[in-house]
Amino acid sequence: MTLIKWLALLPFIGMLGGVFFVNQVTPYVLGLPLLLAWIVLWLLLTSAIMAVIYFTDPANRPERRP
Amino acid sequence: MSALVIIAAVTLLALWLGIQARRGRDMNLEQWTVGGRGFGTLLVFLLLAGEIYTTFTFLGGSGFAYGKGAPAFYILCYGALAYIISYWLLPPIWRYAKTHRLISQPDFFVRKYDSPTLGVIVALVGIVALIPYLVLQLKGLGIIVSTASYGAIGSTAAIWMGVVVVTAYVMISGVRASAWTAVIKDVLILAVVLFLGVYLPLHYYGGFGPMFQAIDAAKPGFLVLPEKGQSIAWFDSTVLLTALGFFCWPHSFGSIYTARDERVFRRNAIILPLYQLILLFVFFVGFAAILKTPGLKGPAIDLSLLKLSVATFPPWLVGIIGGAGVLTALVPGSMILVTAGTLLANNLYRAVQPGAAEANVSLLARLLVPVVALVAVAFTLRGGETIVALLLMGYSFVTQLFPALLASLMERNPVTREGAIAGILVGEATVALISLSHVTFDTLFPMLPQWFRDLNVGIVALAANFVVMVLVSAVTQRAAAPRPAAPRQ
Repeated sequence: MTLIKWLALLPFIGMLGGVFFVNQVTPYVLGLPLLLAWIVLWLLLTSAIMAVIYFTDPANRPERRP
Repeated sequence: MSALVIIAAVTLLALWLGIQARRGRDMNLEQWTVGGRGFGTLLVFLLLAGEIYTTFTFLGGSGFAYGKGAPAFYILCYGALAYIISYWLLPPIWRYAKTHRLISQPDFFVRKYDSPTLGVIVALVGIVALIPYLVLQLKGLGIIVSTASYGAIGSTAAIWMGVVVVTAYVMISGVRASAWTAVIKDVLILAVVLFLGVYLPLHYYGGFGPMFQAIDAAKPGFLVLPEKGQSIAWFDSTVLLTALGFFCWPHSFGSIYTARDERVFRRNAIILPLYQLILLFVFFVGFAAILKTPGLKGPAIDLSLLKLSVATFPPWLVGIIGGAGVLTALVPGSMILVTAGTLLANNLYRAVQPGAAEANVSLLARLLVPVVALVAVAFTLRGGETIVALLLMGYSFVTQLFPALLASLMERNPVTREGAIAGILVGEATVALISLSHVTFDTLFPMLPQWFRDLNVGIVALAANFVVMVLVSAVTQRAAAPRPAAPRQ
């Protein structure tokens, strides 16, 4: 968990830093302009990263009932 | 006519759901404001999403894409980043609120900083920010009903009817009504937005790719962030600011308290970024409208979705779209009313009358709902600003609570109550000054590099807030030490 939780920084870097490199229309990705496609990709990745963090976080293990 | 019948039916369904949400509950204040802290993942999800998918999303999101193009994408980003933060931010807030049986956002600050004064300030900030938010919903409601009913019901009449409905079920069922109506709202809005966002580009352009190519050809540069103005620097600073302010809204804060356990938030942190994708389809509608209903300017850009729908679809379908639109106003509106009533009764009235009986505060909170609603109607019928501008000002106000909130969650809070109060006051004063004088970095520092001049000016307020908070804390800590710590429980 300790190391994995740092994955959560990636979307910040990807979205805020990435726009410097993908602020253009072409190439189109699945019909979307590159900038929009990049942001959509990071929404999907954000969800995936949070899922990884959730399932490796010991705080989310099922509670043992006495 | 059929459009009108469907909109009326949806509204009545909301009214019925809202009223029956009370069933079997003894509505004390804790039930009314935070649902007895018994909501599971789904209801909390809907409440958190209920605040996000408002008329702002429906009309403002498509209008923003229509009028400004790529800068609208910032809305996709800030939500996702805010949900990441929520994974670590919300559980400690929820735990603390549960331990101390808190029911409102100011309660949290009062406890953490052991300062009723701070509670009053936070309550006032909340009310000042909530009113424009509510006005925004009512404005949207008026636009939606008058357009979707083909003018049969005027905007003013629609606003009055909406207000009566939402006030009635909020007074009866409180936040339970919000949760129940959020269920049909999200189902309907999901269906409508996905349909519109897929159908309109296909119908008018033959696909997403051809649509964007046509827009790029007609308006070069529209699908990227511009060199100056709403540039990359603007984008990044605005995304960060709004992500921080996300959970500082008093009604969002209140919906944190409704959760049954803290895992609810961590689970939602996975799902909500995906749910953001609905906004993508809202943008598609705005983009589709650019070449099909051109010429909307100023506040009228918020009409792009409805204008295109009316031009494209038969009345019954327009009615369903209108009904979904009405719900996007009623659900957040109901949460704002619950929160505003609670802030006024629990945090302002009780601050003046500390010995007030629980039952009286509870009754007063409910009686204040129509008062708040009337104030909002008055502002709605007078005001003239566009939807996004209004929301941004409220956002700047609540974001000023973030530094003191974050500090209070630290193991040893370095911020004193004087520091928190001074920081928030300076931050709010800066926001007010900036909003009223319309200054930007561009007008302040015309000689500095362009990227700096494009930064969101809200950063100044937050920075001033932070610096004052740290300085005053340093001074008062030395003066007051050793102060007995507030009793830990």
